[in-house]
Amino acid sequence: MPSLFQQIQAGKLWDFHGGIHPPTRKAQTAQKPIGVMPLPDRLYIPIRQHIGVAGTLLVSTGQRVLKGQPLTSADNSMAVPVHAPTSGIIAAIGEHTSAHPSALPELAITLSPDGLDEWRVQYPLNLATTDKLSLLERIQESGIAGMGGAGFPAHLKAGLTQPVDYLIINAVECEPYISADDALMQEGAITIVKGIDILAKLLNPKAVLIGIEDDKPIASAALKAACSQREHYYIRDVPTKYPSGGEKQLIQLLTAKEVPAGRRPIDIGIVMLNIGTAFAIAQAVLDDQPLLSRVVTVTGETLRQPQNVLALIGTPVIDLLNFCGYQRQTAEKVIMGGPMMGFTLPDLTVPIIKTTNCILAPSVAELPADGNETDCIRCSACADVCPASLLPQQLLWYSKAKDPAKLDEYNLFDCIECGACAYVCPSEIPLVQYYRVAKADIREQQREAVKAEQAKARFEARNARLEWDKQQRMARNQKLAQAREQAQQNNGSSNAVADALARIKAKQAEQQALPAEREHILAEREAKKQQARDYQAAKATETVQAIKPEQLVAETPSEPIDKPDKGAAVAAAVARAKARKAAQAAADQQAQIADAEQTKQPEAIVPETVAVEHPPADPRKAAIAAAIARAKAKKQADSETT
Amino acid sequence: MSFKITSSPHNRISRSTSEIMLLVVLACIPGIAVQAVLFGYGVLVQLLLAISTAWLAEALIMRLRAKKVLPRLKDHSALLTGVLLAISIPPYAPWWLIVIGTLFAIIIVKQLYGGLGNNLFNPAMAAYVVLLISFPLQMTQWLPSVSLQPESLHLLDAFCAVFSQYSCSGFSISQLQTGIDGISMATPLDTIRTDLAAGRTLTESLQSPVFYGIAGAGWLWVNLAYLAGGLLLLKLRVIGWRIPAAVLGGLFVCSLLSWLAAADTNPSPMLQLFSGATMLAAFFIATDPVSASTTNNGRIVYGVLIGFIIYIIRKYGGYPDGVAFAVLLANMAVPLIDYYTRPRTYGHKAKGAEK
Repeated sequence: MPSLFQQIQAGKLWDFHGGIHPPTRKAQTAQKPIGVMPLPDRLYIPIRQHIGVAGTLLVSTGQRVLKGQPLTSADNSMAVPVHAPTSGIIAAIGEHTSAHPSALPELAITLSPDGLDEWRVQYPLNLATTDKLSLLERIQESGIAGMGGAGFPAHLKAGLTQPVDYLIINAVECEPYISADDALMQEGAITIVKGIDILAKLLNPKAVLIGIEDDKPIASAALKAACSQREHYYIRDVPTKYPSGGEKQLIQLLTAKEVPAGRRPIDIGIVMLNIGTAFAIAQAVLDDQPLLSRVVTVTGETLRQPQNVLALIGTPVIDLLNFCGYQRQTAEKVIMGGPMMGFTLPDLTVPIIKTTNCILAPSVAELPADGNETDCIRCSACADVCPASLLPQQLLWYSKAKDPAKLDEYNLFDCIECGACAYVCPSEIPLVQYYRVAKADIREQQREAVKAEQAKARFEARNARLEWDKQQRMARNQKLAQAREQAQQNNGSSNAVADALARIKAKQAEQQALPAEREHILAEREAKKQQARDYQAAKATETVQAIKPEQLVAETPSEPIDKPDKGAAVAAAVARAKARKAAQAAADQQAQIADAEQTKQPEAIVPETVAVEHPPADPRKAAIAAAIARAKAKKQADSETT
Repeated sequence: MSFKITSSPHNRISRSTSEIMLLVVLACIPGIAVQAVLFGYGVLVQLLLAISTAWLAEALIMRLRAKKVLPRLKDHSALLTGVLLAISIPPYAPWWLIVIGTLFAIIIVKQLYGGLGNNLFNPAMAAYVVLLISFPLQMTQWLPSVSLQPESLHLLDAFCAVFSQYSCSGFSISQLQTGIDGISMATPLDTIRTDLAAGRTLTESLQSPVFYGIAGAGWLWVNLAYLAGGLLLLKLRVIGWRIPAAVLGGLFVCSLLSWLAAADTNPSPMLQLFSGATMLAAFFIATDPVSASTTNNGRIVYGVLIGFIIYIIRKYGGYPDGVAFAVLLANMAVPLIDYYTRPRTYGHKAKGAEK
């Protein structure tokens, strides 16, 4: 029985459950060259186009920016910046309809191109001489987020430190109509392979698997030619089936492995990136060209010239459509993404973002509107096609019944929303929509539950604190009251004068007794001090024994070890001095790094030795780290001296 | 500008519920044709009655439930229920029998449970069982095949017989049921049961004129016709292979074992498969998606269960054929079967390995 790796090497492919074969309709765009459109009048650049957090704004209205200039900064590991796709003036910074199913307005920078297309200074890197950290930094600074659709920051995947068995490059592009990756592979296979080289250097996988659907023979051949010199790169033509481009499905197809529920591919030694991301990484590293544009398939029967277009990030959809000869019909829809997982746009000023791979403007006859949803007849055609082996009709039932326990039991959250179930449903039930609503409901409930739990904990803690305070107060009062009572009882019936006399007498007696007592206390203190000294001496001896002989010889050559007291004291002193020195050195180093981080210019490269030891962080973090290190060193030094 | 906002996916396969139902009805046509030719035109009259009653009942309930009538009728589910019931009952059963049955199927079994998709039981089979229990005499008046009937009935005779229980020339149904030799003739399965109970061997029983060939005169052809229709449905992917294969497999294995054990007192597997309502049950009745199991493994269990119960009822039960009872009993087990045959979800451990 050959091992899994041998089977993979031999070109074995596996299969995943279900899947559908919708008409692909890719021919109308896949065979044409990638079109380059003229500069649009306005670019709307949302500051967050990926999964994660937005960077901090670096520009203000009215400012002129150069092509490739960052508009936001990546001041957080979950942030990637956005860049000016061309030179021009920042016309506005404000809310704009988002390229998201919700179409909620989000912060976007409006750029008015000046037509000069003037680049900022570029600093290409040499892959052979650049260390990993600088590569990762460059990837992050170039604003690269997964271009297959999810938009996960690429530097986080490329910077994974767990061991990687397989780096899978996703070139499947299984969704109907879309041929952007296909076109990119046909025209840019060499650059893509350079990008894969960079990823391979960063992740050091056992093998690189490139999955591509077998309906793209030209792209596959181009990639094979480009990879011919690479030993561990395997190009696998997978059968055309939707959704074989899903991350989990492709992993199963190529390696027979399943990502355990709730885990990530890296947990089974796999990292997957999209082919477009590899291309963007190559451009960013080797040409210092940040992610400014991407290939978008513009297709549908309302267009006279459907084609793939190299569109600048921020290009409004309407400009793209017009470039391709858009003829608007009534009662139609425009879809961002493909027909299976894309979303309809409320208006056409929505911009192209880093994850937009397709604009689909179908005629009404091409993708007819939904008919009437009718009752589920439990035919379970949906279960037959579900790539996650779920039971969609059961999920529908429990979604309608709003039964979160049952939905969990039937693994609602393993649904990848590929739409295969709704595609085959004879009753035209929008199953995916039901699941989205159910998931959102459950997430909301969980958030509420967590909040309620926290509030309850806070409330209980506060109650406990108040109760404790109260009891403490009561105990103190009681004690005082008892003492007073006692005093009153002792002095029973005597009059005030007698009382006063007695008090004076008592005071005098106390003062007489004091010297004796003081002496006693002093003696005791002295004894304790002696005890402490003894203990310290004993400990010092131990330390001397713990210190390595050569150190001892080097630093205290004249001290014979057979004098325990003196030797111990000296050794302790030496250890203290060393600790202090180490602390100082550590603090200085940290401070240096912090300084370097603060003063670093974009082209400055952190020296490798330092950088490897101390991952890049923002200056403030470095300063804090340095402070912590100092404090720790001090503590260590202090503990040595006591 | 306003654009249509819809949820993904935006494309769908073209086959709808209504088309599926209609295809099933169309696939019944070969069987119905053979039935009409070999057992008389009564079945056509029954179909007419059943379909019109089904539509009326469905429309009535839809009005009561304040839903649009026409789209619901167009899903053809009522039509299919009517057709299945009509071809299951004796061709010359009185008109009120099929009307009562259809009303029961549509109104009580289907609509009172919540309409299409929500009924626990197969409407046609539930109605069949109700009729069988309530009107045992009328429900067992199967005429022998046309070639054995003393009088040949024309289409007009069929109407007369169904509505008045007398043919136009004045023969009563029981007279028509009586063979040329003056002995009343039952279905092949019934004949075997009666003969075996009377102590005769199977070989003797098979001498009876109702048996020609391996499964009884006419019945073989009817079953072959339904088999052809069923294979067509399979080819068109209207039904899956699991349920029919499991029903036939279950029945075949049970009857094969008993036949091997005692060939004299047990009908051969081939007789079992091509007699009675076996093929109709396997391809058209057990495959009703609403009341069948919904998981792939569950469908096998469900089918085998039906095949097994059919065999048990045919061998030990009080009724000649057990299809309707078998289907209803299996329907009851569906929630349980479904629960225990859930497939392993991607990324999850097998159920046994869980926790």
